[in-house]
Amino acid sequence: MGAAQTRTENKYQDLAEKTGFSQEQIKNLHKRFQYLSGDEETISRDDLRKIPALANNPIRKQIIEAFFDKRNQHQDEVGSFQEIGFEQFLMVMSHFRPPTLKTTDEEREAMRREKLRFLFNMHDTDSDGTITLEEYRKVVEELLSKSGSIGQEAAKAIADAAMLEVASTNVPHMGPDDFYEGITFEHFEQILKGLEMESRMHIRFLDVDAPTMHCGKSKS
Amino acid sequence: MRLGCWCVLLLLFVSVASAGRDVDSGSNDTGRNPAPEDSHHQTNSTHHKKAFPVLSFNFDHVRKPFEISLWILLALLMKLGFHIIPRVSHVVPESCLLIVVGLLVGGIIKAFDEDAPVQMLDSKFFFLYLLPPIILDAGYFLPMRPFTENLGTILVFAVVGTLWNAFFIGLTMYGVCQIEAVKLGRVDLLSCLLFGSIVSAVDPVAVLAVFEEIHINELLHILVFGESLLNDAVTVVLYHLFTEFSHKGTVTVADAFLGVVSFFVVSLGGILIGAIYGIIGAFTSRFTSHSRVIEPLFVFLYSYMAYLSAEVFHLSGIMSLIACGVVMRPYVEANISHKSYTTIKYFLKMWSSVSETLIFIFLGVSTVAQPHPWNWTFVVVTVVVCFVSRVLGVVSLTYIINKFRIVKLTKKDQFIVAYGGLRGAIAFSLGFLLPDNEMKQLFLTAIITVIFYTVFVQGMTIRPLVELLAVKKKKESKGSINEEIHTQFLDHLLTGIEDICGHYGHHHWKDKLNRFNKAYVKKWLITGERSTEPQLISFYNKMEMKQAMMLVESGSAAKLPTIMTPVSMQNIQPKEPLKRRAIPSISKSREQEIRKMLRGNLQKTRQRLRSYSRHDLMVDPFEEDVSEVRLRKQRVEMERRMSHYLTVPANRQETPPVRKVAFESEHQVYTYDDSESPKGRRAQTNPRPPDEVHLLSESSTRTNQRATPADEQDDQLKLSRCLSDPGPKKDDDES
Repeated sequence: MGAAQTRTENKYQDLAEKTGFSQEQIKNLHKRFQYLSGDEETISRDDLRKIPALANNPIRKQIIEAFFDKRNQHQDEVGSFQEIGFEQFLMVMSHFRPPTLKTTDEEREAMRREKLRFLFNMHDTDSDGTITLEEYRKVVEELLSKSGSIGQEAAKAIADAAMLEVASTNVPHMGPDDFYEGITFEHFEQILKGLEMESRMHIRFLDVDAPTMHCGKSKS
Repeated sequence: MRLGCWCVLLLLFVSVASAGRDVDSGSNDTGRNPAPEDSHHQTNSTHHKKAFPVLSFNFDHVRKPFEISLWILLALLMKLGFHIIPRVSHVVPESCLLIVVGLLVGGIIKAFDEDAPVQMLDSKFFFLYLLPPIILDAGYFLPMRPFTENLGTILVFAVVGTLWNAFFIGLTMYGVCQIEAVKLGRVDLLSCLLFGSIVSAVDPVAVLAVFEEIHINELLHILVFGESLLNDAVTVVLYHLFTEFSHKGTVTVADAFLGVVSFFVVSLGGILIGAIYGIIGAFTSRFTSHSRVIEPLFVFLYSYMAYLSAEVFHLSGIMSLIACGVVMRPYVEANISHKSYTTIKYFLKMWSSVSETLIFIFLGVSTVAQPHPWNWTFVVVTVVVCFVSRVLGVVSLTYIINKFRIVKLTKKDQFIVAYGGLRGAIAFSLGFLLPDNEMKQLFLTAIITVIFYTVFVQGMTIRPLVELLAVKKKKESKGSINEEIHTQFLDHLLTGIEDICGHYGHHHWKDKLNRFNKAYVKKWLITGERSTEPQLISFYNKMEMKQAMMLVESGSAAKLPTIMTPVSMQNIQPKEPLKRRAIPSISKSREQEIRKMLRGNLQKTRQRLRSYSRHDLMVDPFEEDVSEVRLRKQRVEMERRMSHYLTVPANRQETPPVRKVAFESEHQVYTYDDSESPKGRRAQTNPRPPDEVHLLSESSTRTNQRATPADEQDDQLKLSRCLSDPGPKKDDDES
């Protein structure tokens, strides 16, 4: 028992260094992982689809897809997994860590870029490095997918207007014959500069050992 | 500039002189009764002696309204005057200048040995008339997102912080008074605690006045401001508690316990009353589509009633007012017309501005009018202790709060929060309400000194300190549609991740609340189709409106493509569909709907133009402009796109200036509806492009009405919202 514990602790140590979580947080997330996977080593898309609370989420598909996206593992691969293990699960979760008081300005910049990259990957479904008009339209459509037929028509107009905004902010002087291919990552960064991603895109990861985590509540 | 100063001084003297004259002519009652009798006698007995008075002077008749108007006019002219002298207004915040003016005026009145209108700042006038507009303005336009995100922090500062301040100040002053040298041994503990509770609360009026001008970032602004609003409950409870106790003489544990209970009752009760009135107000606004003119009044009156009702039960009126505004706002804004929205906004700003100015001036006047028993030790120690307790409180509370916050508060933030804790007129008025004993004047002096210190010293130095410490300023947000999309996207994303992680955090509950709101509440409180409109679409509509307004203001639409965006739709549309038609088709039924809606709205326009009455709003050519210009804009864009794809050279006509178009369109309203049946013309959708080009070469403006590019059919939906009544009602005229 003792040897096994130190082994798991070493494993957690590696993961902690890689992802930045604390030991406690990794332990909790591992419990959750095992609950989701039914005590197996990997989870598949179906395991995530079974979560009841996600059913009401309009962008459920994109969120689940993001877990299986190879680009979010930061290993310069493209494509998607069929199943993921705990380490990949943690890597995706690490995008949602908040900055601390000790985070320096450069670290904040890097964090912001990483989070924006995650969002960008969610929109850029064909992995070609740009968000085209079609992809953006799809995003807005999904957002409004719970609103019936009004959503369909308005989604297109909204996506068009948004694209127009990105184009006009980043490439202010386009001739009438130029064609704006799609939103690149730099343009994406530029347009969302004001949102301060590093402070907004985070969730609270529990530090304390909660016995039944899926019923636990936390205040932020 | 000199002329302005002279005018101001002249008005000053006139107001003072009139105040003097009123006191001369005695009180209202005695003044008015003899006068008619006199003239009666005169006319009876001496009618043959006196000629008919062609011009007579009877000032008493209008004395009270005249005075009030004069004071308000003085206040507003002062406000104008400050901006004429730019150097001063940069360094000194407006509130300080207003207090100085008040001091001057008070001094002048005293010099004439008259009775200053000190009663202006007493409880009734201040709390019932001067304070509510400011609070309503603050509550109605409270930015909800940062407020709810930081609610925990704000509550801790407001409740715990104020309690700490009150007790610390009270106990320290009691300790000071016990010292033999101060000669204030008579002061008992309860009076000191009462004094502490009055002077401890951060004042929303002062905070607003100073923070408006320094533009710090949203987080700090909402922290200090939210605290100043929410500490009202604490102040009310403590004040009543200590007043009651000092009557009774002894305090038992049961009393203390009841005090705690009453705190919850006061705050939660106030919020409940406000929420109830807010919901009633939202419900009422659902039915106002036929009398748009009185819509703003509902908002004001319901909120004011919420305030008064809370005051009846000694609950926290401020919290009630804020709760009412916050609850009412999303539903009312979905129901009322754009004009009513603008009216509400401007009236609230106007009233709160006037109130704020008057409060500061009267603060100055009342200072001069009071006798001031001065006790160096007491006053100076009060000021120092206030400052010290504020700093200690903020630092220790932040230490605790940071353990629970994700985005921590830095030392800079703490400093600004501590330094921004200004006291103001509420403290003064509460002091006024104290029972008349020998300590009252001394307390009032101390309170005034603290107020002056915070407003003058802290108010003046906070701006250079903010610059010095390089505190983050408010970022100028232009309402970007991308940001809105991603804000919503983030909300859903974070909720989803929380669900996957398995714990119910902040986002989970917010999402639940939103769904509840959408499923049940909105159905009841919002008219028609707007109740199911998602937030993103409303945001987009608002932006389109704003853009259209900007177009109208910028004059001719011909300049449009270059000033708005050189990039147009054609730049981002993928090039592949060159093979297919330039304009994607829409279904016939959709088109019918659009036609129906358009005609319906145009018909309503015509009906309104025919009947004029004071109770209906005239159709403003401005709004016609708006819809007109938007159609024009779409037409121009479409024109450009088509000229790219089609070989027939589009005849680029110079679009006439907007005004001219408006007039024509008004007449067009008649002819279009009367002569043409839209169905006949519209039957053909396919060969439309050549048709359009053809029509473009005519200079008839009728094409504006008919050119409904298929792409922009959703704009027509919004068009119906641009006109005075939102909520497209499908007319039955075609069925």
